[in-house]
Amino acid sequence: MGREEFLFLLAGLKWTVALSVVAFICGSVAGLMVALARTSGIFIVERLTAGYIAVFQGTPLLMQLFVVYYGLALIGIQMDAWAAVSVGLTLHASAFLGEIWRGSIEAVPRGQTEAAKALSLGYVSRMKDVVLPQAIRISLPATIGFLVQLIKGTSLASIVGFTELTRAGNIISNQIFQPLTVFGVVGALYFLMCCPLTIYGAHLERKFLTASR
Amino acid sequence: MNYTLDFTPVIDGLPNLLWACLGTFTLAICGMLLAIVIGIGGVILRQSPLKPLRWLVIGFVELIRNTPFLVQIFFIYFALPLAGIRLDPTPTAIIALGINGGAYAIEIIRGGVQSISKGQMEAGLALGLHKAQVFRLIILKPALRAIYPSLTSQFILLTLTTSIASAISAYELTSVSQRIESDSFRSFEVYFTVTAFYLVISWVMMRIFALFSSRYFSYPVR
Amino acid sequence: MNQTINSATTTEPMISLSGVEKWYGAFKALDNINMSVAKGEKIVLCGPSGSGKSTLIRCINHLEAYQKGDIHVGGIMLGHGSKTIDAVRREVGMVFQQFNLFPHLTVLQNCMLAPMRSLGLDKAQAEDRARTLLERVKISEQAEKYPAQLSGGQQQRVAIARALCMRPKAMLFDEPTSALDPEMVKEVLDTMIALAEEGMTMICVTHEMGFARQVADRVIFMASGAIVEEAPPAEFFSNPKHERTRKFLGEILGRH
Ligand SMILES: Nc1ncnc2c1ncn2[C@@H]1O[C@H](COP(=O)(O)OP(=O)(O)OP(=O)(O)O)[C@@H](O)[C@H]1O
Ligand SMILES: [Mg+2]
Repeated sequence: MGREEFLFLLAGLKWTVALSVVAFICGSVAGLMVALARTSGIFIVERLTAGYIAVFQGTPLLMQLFVVYYGLALIGIQMDAWAAVSVGLTLHASAFLGEIWRGSIEAVPRGQTEAAKALSLGYVSRMKDVVLPQAIRISLPATIGFLVQLIKGTSLASIVGFTELTRAGNIISNQIFQPLTVFGVVGALYFLMCCPLTIYGAHLERKFLTASR
Repeated sequence: MNYTLDFTPVIDGLPNLLWACLGTFTLAICGMLLAIVIGIGGVILRQSPLKPLRWLVIGFVELIRNTPFLVQIFFIYFALPLAGIRLDPTPTAIIALGINGGAYAIEIIRGGVQSISKGQMEAGLALGLHKAQVFRLIILKPALRAIYPSLTSQFILLTLTTSIASAISAYELTSVSQRIESDSFRSFEVYFTVTAFYLVISWVMMRIFALFSSRYFSYPVR
Repeated sequence: MNQTINSATTTEPMISLSGVEKWYGAFKALDNINMSVAKGEKIVLCGPSGSGKSTLIRCINHLEAYQKGDIHVGGIMLGHGSKTIDAVRREVGMVFQQFNLFPHLTVLQNCMLAPMRSLGLDKAQAEDRARTLLERVKISEQAEKYPAQLSGGQQQRVAIARALCMRPKAMLFDEPTSALDPEMVKEVLDTMIALAEEGMTMICVTHEMGFARQVADRVIFMASGAIVEEAPPAEFFSNPKHERTRKFLGEILGRH
């Protein structure tokens, strides 16, 4: 594999990073909504969000991308693969992050909410100033863990036809007939992105564990 | 905008899709079994007194956990023939699923064994049981119970991951649905239906896991 | 050897340690331990936290390996091969501070497991034996329950019955009452007293000085991994020879 091919892979890597960042940021915003809806205390809203989460957790990401990709076209929204995949990954992330954050909102001791209520704080302040700051801290290891899942998940965009790192690898591999070298390099690039995050997440988890003792 | 949904190709393809569900189940179950074997073997090696062995296991786990399954399955798909092993896509997919699931299983099982207090081991030894007996009769069940939730959700994940095996045309639900889609161009209808299939599959597996757990782990804990 | 041997017995001791040393890395946890326990003798082992009491009795059934010296139990030399270790473990029962009952087995199953798997009893024999001993620790009506459904005191009595089901020649107790709520201490001590009266050879790590006065033939005081003083309880409590013993007794009796 020459310099040319490696640069092509790096161009794909750029899109993998872009997809991951967009999906994580948009997914976080949507996921926060999902988490708040899931803990809203309004029965029907909670059931609906629980269903939303269950669908995304009970089906393959690949299918989610297919359905969003063809579903958007169907309702007349013309999008290129990049935008469609971003939407699909965002929805996927919103469900998973929503569930992670629901768990950490519920892990904040009840006394915190009660104390905030006793101080006559409204819902927004209660959440924004009291519950969420603690919940985010609790959720950090799991959130980072999901970010790693998401980065790996962007590889499925290649099956939908978007040229990110894995698809770039496929293309090169078909050109130079060295699949092991190419996919070895592709794997190494993913590893370089994910491993620091994994290590950082594990570090945070250990830190929280010892702090809570 | 004047698109009308047409599920006829889906209905015509229904028998094929149902058979393909069986393929998905086969991939999932064989993958799980292989994952358990790799998981247990990995944990044993991980506790070996030989440092290089321990590092090998750690390296394997991190390598698998930090790269996409799609890349792993491509790599294995191309690597096996070079190693002189000629396999159909379906067994290849099972190997890839087992290796991937095995890496996660190692971490989960290790946590379970660690969750059992040292006192349990000692109480068994003090009663004159051998180490192997202590493990089999005393450690195993509580450890299984401790890891059961994470292990089963990992298995559900593995089941959903089987859809990626379509990338090497293994026989399972996604690849069959792709064939129906390319014949009929009813993409949304096909994928929507198949998504529902997957939802049912993962729900059924969840029920089975829960049923098993209520049978087998019914002893009370504090 | 055995300068400290109990002069009352002429027969071979049930348990004897000579020159035992145990290291955790560079830390010496046991320092030249010599002691011998005659058949039917009751020893209470006490001393400040970290003095090596647990380490000492855990060496006797080889839950801890030791680096120097010899330990004999019931005529068996506790070597480092697994054969004699297993034999010794079949001969001595141990009761732990944290009970260590097996959570996934009922009380009855807890008691039957080792007799079946280690002694090779069949199911009927093991159950028979288990029920008899559960009766003896006055807990037979709980036989079908799981450990988590019992109080701490009940759990500890089951643990005693479980050890007795192996028909041990000696019993080791490591602070059997210190994880218990105060109101449950008595039921466990009563069980131990009854066992002592039946002639069981016992080594008990405990700070229950009332128990020591009533049951012990000798009290052994340890500090910093060494045996500092040993004497019959009357003498031990009324006339301790060593400064460290006096200080320890002052603390422990003052607290009660
Ligand atoms: N696994 C170990 N590694 C290193 N040091 C140990 C270990 N186990 C015990 N020790 C040390 O050995 C010494 C003796 O410990 P041991 O548990 O026998 O004390 P103890 O007299 O039973 O105390 P306690 O009353 O607290 O139970 C202590 O200083 C302890 O810190
Ligand atoms: Mg101790």
